Amino acid sequence: MSEAAPNPEAAAWRRRALLLAPLAVAGLGGAGFYAMLRGLGTGNYDPRGVPSALIGKAPPDFSLPPLEGTGLPGLSAADLKTGKPLLVNFFASWCVPCVIEHPQLMRLARDGVAIMGIAYKDKPADSLGFLKQRGTPYARLGVDQPGRVAIDWGLYGVPETYLLDKSGIIRWRMAGPITEEILAQQVTPLLRRTA
Amino acid sequence: MIRWLLLLMLAAGPALAVGDPADQLPDPAQEERARVIGRELRCMVCQNQSIEDSDADLARDLRRIVREQVAQGKPDDAVFRFVHERYGDFVLLKPPFKPETALLWGMPAIALLGGALLIRGMRRRQRVAPGPQELTQAERDRLAQLSGRPRE
Repeated sequence: MSEAAPNPEAAAWRRRALLLAPLAVAGLGGAGFYAMLRGLGTGNYDPRGVPSALIGKAPPDFSLPPLEGTGLPGLSAADLKTGKPLLVNFFASWCVPCVIEHPQLMRLARDGVAIMGIAYKDKPADSLGFLKQRGTPYARLGVDQPGRVAIDWGLYGVPETYLLDKSGIIRWRMAGPITEEILAQQVTPLLRRTA
Repeated sequence: MIRWLLLLMLAAGPALAVGDPADQLPDPAQEERARVIGRELRCMVCQNQSIEDSDADLARDLRRIVREQVAQGKPDDAVFRFVHERYGDFVLLKPPFKPETALLWGMPAIALLGGALLIRGMRRRQRVAPGPQELTQAERDRLAQLSGRPRE
């Protein structure tokens, strides 16, 4: 500092503030980092997360064949207008996070929430095995083996879940597994709000 | 050892992921157009590569879609619009200028302005800084005492 301090007391305060500034920056940085780590743990923060381009829009037009052996009907865009909020869940048997979120989907289904499933790039026999072993949370299930319908939804990985309000507009998208925290903090309140 | 590694990395760098000839368009002009488009599209899986450079499944699907549309004779902006409608701004490696991206595009100008203001502030402070001041009598006495010289 080349400035001569006319008031020594002010200069002392300034020096003290300058000493504390790096500490404050480090403290804030640490708090931010901690919040990020916590968010990573609970699934609330995803550094690679990207907002969906479809939020506020109607889902794309599509029609997918059913999965033989489940007895469930296939899925098309017209099936997404039920007058109630619902979830559209993309999954695959080869997807490990899908296993993590599966109990949460089962719980939602037990609570009466309609979940429409889309098997993404999966062999039908493998999808069937996955659901036989773990239970089927889906009301309807479409098979998207080429993954083309998924691209129309803007999907970039599995699992991915979209929440549609009662008029069939996409309101929320989760790229990644629905953990218990996300179920409690985001899905359940949203389902109530969009009903 | 390190030199060899570097050479290896340099050799591996420019290789494009479109290695499968079955994925390439038969018309070299169309293939070139598809590549130019693909280099401007982000692979959403790896996020720091274009779909031309990425080996991800989704990137391969998008490369195929780009090539299909190029082969159908769609103009570049129609192909970009198709992908942008589905994946949003993030998929474009050059994002469009709009309110949400204004800060991103304006950052160089903001940084330049900030630097200019900082320099101006420092200059002004130098200008007002006083020159060497006279020592007080008490300070002169103390200095003389410390240096062991007789008092003036």
